Amino acid sequence: MWKHLPLWKLLSTVELSTSITKSKAIFSSALNFDYSKPHYIKFFSSGLYFIILFLFLFFSDPSPNLTFQSLQQPKTTTDAMALARRSSGLLKPLSTASSSSLLQRRPFSTDDTTTITVETSVPFTGHNCDPPSRSVDTTPKELMTFFTDMAFMRRMEIAADSLYKSKLIRGFCHLYDGQEAVSIGMEAAITKKDCIITAYRDHCIFLGRGGTLLESFAELMGRQAGCSRGKGGSMHFYKKDACFFGGHGIVGAQVPLGCGLAFAQKYRKEDHVTFTMYGDGAANQGQLFEALNMAALWDLPAILVCENNHYGMGTAEWRAAKSPAYYKRGDYVPGLKVDGMDAFAVKQACKFAKEHALKNGPIILEMDTYRYHGHSMSDPGSTYRTRDEISGVRQERDPIERIRKLIFAHDLATEKELKDIEKQARKEVDEAIAQAKESPMPDESELFTNVYRKGYGVESFGTDRKELRATLP
Amino acid sequence: MASIFQGFGAATSLSSSASFDTKKLQFSSLRSLSGKRASCVVVRSGGVKMDSDSNRIGGRGDQLVTNAVATKVDNPAASTASKPGHELLLFEALREGLEEEMERDARVCVMGEDVGHYGGSYKVTKGLAPKYGDLRVLDTPIAENSFTGMGIGAAMMGLRPIIEGMNMGFLLLAFNQISNNCGMLHYTSGGQFKIPVVIRGPGGVGRQLGAEHSQRLESYFQSIPGIQMVACSTPYNAKGLMKAAIRSDNPVILFEHVLLYNLKERIPDEEYVLNLEEAEMVRPGEHVTILTYSRMRYHVMQAAKTLVNKGYDPEVIDIRSLKPFDLYTIGNSIKKTHRVLIVEECMRTGGIGASLTAAITENFHDYLDAPIMCLSSQDVPTPYAGTLEEWTVVQPPQIVAAVEQLCR
Repeated sequence: MWKHLPLWKLLSTVELSTSITKSKAIFSSALNFDYSKPHYIKFFSSGLYFIILFLFLFFSDPSPNLTFQSLQQPKTTTDAMALARRSSGLLKPLSTASSSSLLQRRPFSTDDTTTITVETSVPFTGHNCDPPSRSVDTTPKELMTFFTDMAFMRRMEIAADSLYKSKLIRGFCHLYDGQEAVSIGMEAAITKKDCIITAYRDHCIFLGRGGTLLESFAELMGRQAGCSRGKGGSMHFYKKDACFFGGHGIVGAQVPLGCGLAFAQKYRKEDHVTFTMYGDGAANQGQLFEALNMAALWDLPAILVCENNHYGMGTAEWRAAKSPAYYKRGDYVPGLKVDGMDAFAVKQACKFAKEHALKNGPIILEMDTYRYHGHSMSDPGSTYRTRDEISGVRQERDPIERIRKLIFAHDLATEKELKDIEKQARKEVDEAIAQAKESPMPDESELFTNVYRKGYGVESFGTDRKELRATLP
Repeated sequence: MASIFQGFGAATSLSSSASFDTKKLQFSSLRSLSGKRASCVVVRSGGVKMDSDSNRIGGRGDQLVTNAVATKVDNPAASTASKPGHELLLFEALREGLEEEMERDARVCVMGEDVGHYGGSYKVTKGLAPKYGDLRVLDTPIAENSFTGMGIGAAMMGLRPIIEGMNMGFLLLAFNQISNNCGMLHYTSGGQFKIPVVIRGPGGVGRQLGAEHSQRLESYFQSIPGIQMVACSTPYNAKGLMKAAIRSDNPVILFEHVLLYNLKERIPDEEYVLNLEEAEMVRPGEHVTILTYSRMRYHVMQAAKTLVNKGYDPEVIDIRSLKPFDLYTIGNSIKKTHRVLIVEECMRTGGIGASLTAAITENFHDYLDAPIMCLSSQDVPTPYAGTLEEWTVVQPPQIVAAVEQLCR
């Protein structure tokens, strides 16, 4: 921990003085101490210095977005809860911090039995349906799993960014960082037999479905160990055994496919649903409405999830859609608007949608989310939106930070443990990249494999059933 | 419509078929119409060297086309008595094949416009919806792009849908789904998903249906990797190819022809499946190989009789498999005859004939004694006027003239 502390922090007098002022204010308010009398300042300033130093050591954070901003005004109820818990018992977190570091190591909670109730950030808005409640039940284990999985996803996308810049990944690379909560929340609400189909921003959804980091990176780099044997690329990740159907490059074309998956589920009388994901750009495709009409006509268990990150490549949603209320565009199909940066809201909405779809047919979920990167790696992402907007969303609505605050609020882990998880993610991602780099490029003969399923020459018999016709080369 | 043909049927003295019930009348009216049109064209095309034998075309052609229909050429008798098998029309043969496959495998389902309650616009799926239910014979709304996509999605999950386009031309709306998802998914997923769909529908130039309803889509689909294309031409191969297409794990596009639905033939009672990639030897010969498919087979057979009278011995092969080509059968034929004539209904530019010409030249150039001739439809939208429409497609006299030029 010591070696992570940048020296300038310790020695910067400006930082110290602000910290002294702030801690003084908190200290005085906590103890009702009247420090207007000067002699007490001289007495306590040296002691204060060490207390402040102690606070620095335990609350400083190498990641840029959690220095003193965690003490800023809360933007969400969970933040308020976290802040209230932090500041009401100032000594309490201090004591737990000190106890964890100096005394015993409290392992982070993998408790699956305690129920924690979390409120979603904003209430749901329904169209033609009653929205579900804002209170979501979860367990400490689930919270920690959310954090871990999202940390892995975030790390993978950032690593893909640098791999693209070093030309190991070519072509198109559409990154999902910022939108991880949609994938995580969805996975928490469904089983691996429910189908998911999405467009080209599929890396994290593939991970959520059970894909490994090695398969992802190998596929991105076009190696044999990739999930599609290197022949698909970034936009064609598939995982059949986990019912993940890709991975499609043409905008909107996956929506009729998704309704086809739902049709097959209904045909076979399975009790599963299909989540057909598309973006705000694809929401203007005609085939979407055609597919929605058919799904509603035949009561197919299809859930259409619009991941509204507000930009269709370079065009803002208000410039592309007359009615950007995508959850209402189903008209006769019910819709639900969800805060897509809150994993618990997504989880609740997907659970609600699954129950609805199995009984009543299709439903549209609009996930209000945001992508930090541009549309793809060739898009800087700042020509059509301001950097302030991006950093603003990152500060206020980042899905990982929300989970982090929840974890702290419920005392499930310390900051160091979460940092360790992030470090572990980084390590595993680096290992996966190294392993993927070692995987060879596909063999030349692979050019011609899998074009047809069985190759040529269906066997056929003449009418007397004795003569077997020739099979072609 | 039946009444008009009845008039024609009465006018031209017809073949040896004895009784005239309505079904046979439709078939014979088809022959008579083509016979009549052939004679019209002969009159007009003064440039074509036609001798007095031309009068015999109209008369003999009708009789002899009967023979051309049967796949076994050594069966000249057209009498329908005491022969094994049962007689039916081409659309009934398709239905029989479809029904047998639906009976055999519960995963086979049909989706298309008006296939269920209406029974299919060409009656191919008549009677299936009451038998198998509305979910297995699905009436879709008019949304080709998305119901084709739906069929492909269902296939990814393990079903075996048959997607019907009411007319092949409408499938242009579904081109994205057919090209990207149907053809390429098996490859881009690294072999994880198979797409065992059958996309079928009538295409080709019909009776003054207009430009948009007379399209030949073989040329547009032929370069999509991962699909197979077959064209049926007789009730026998229609049923066999339909069954093979349904059983195949690859996406297959089955091209039918609007004008061939009422062809009548005797097909075997027992079950049979044809090879999807095999061409059919219609008439073995020595002098020239004529490669054709779908409706042009009948024009070729009609011309073949004229050629036989003139002393030529054409070998007629119905290629059936448009993608991939059966270069084995074609190659053997070329090695024997050394001359090739391709007769197709596709457009001149970028059609099946163009690809076939390229494939033959690449592989069998040394065996050719003359350049490959390709007769195709004109590069024009099909006009509505009947006479103009006749001129867009290849007619038997043109075939005869082409063979004569080849064998000079």
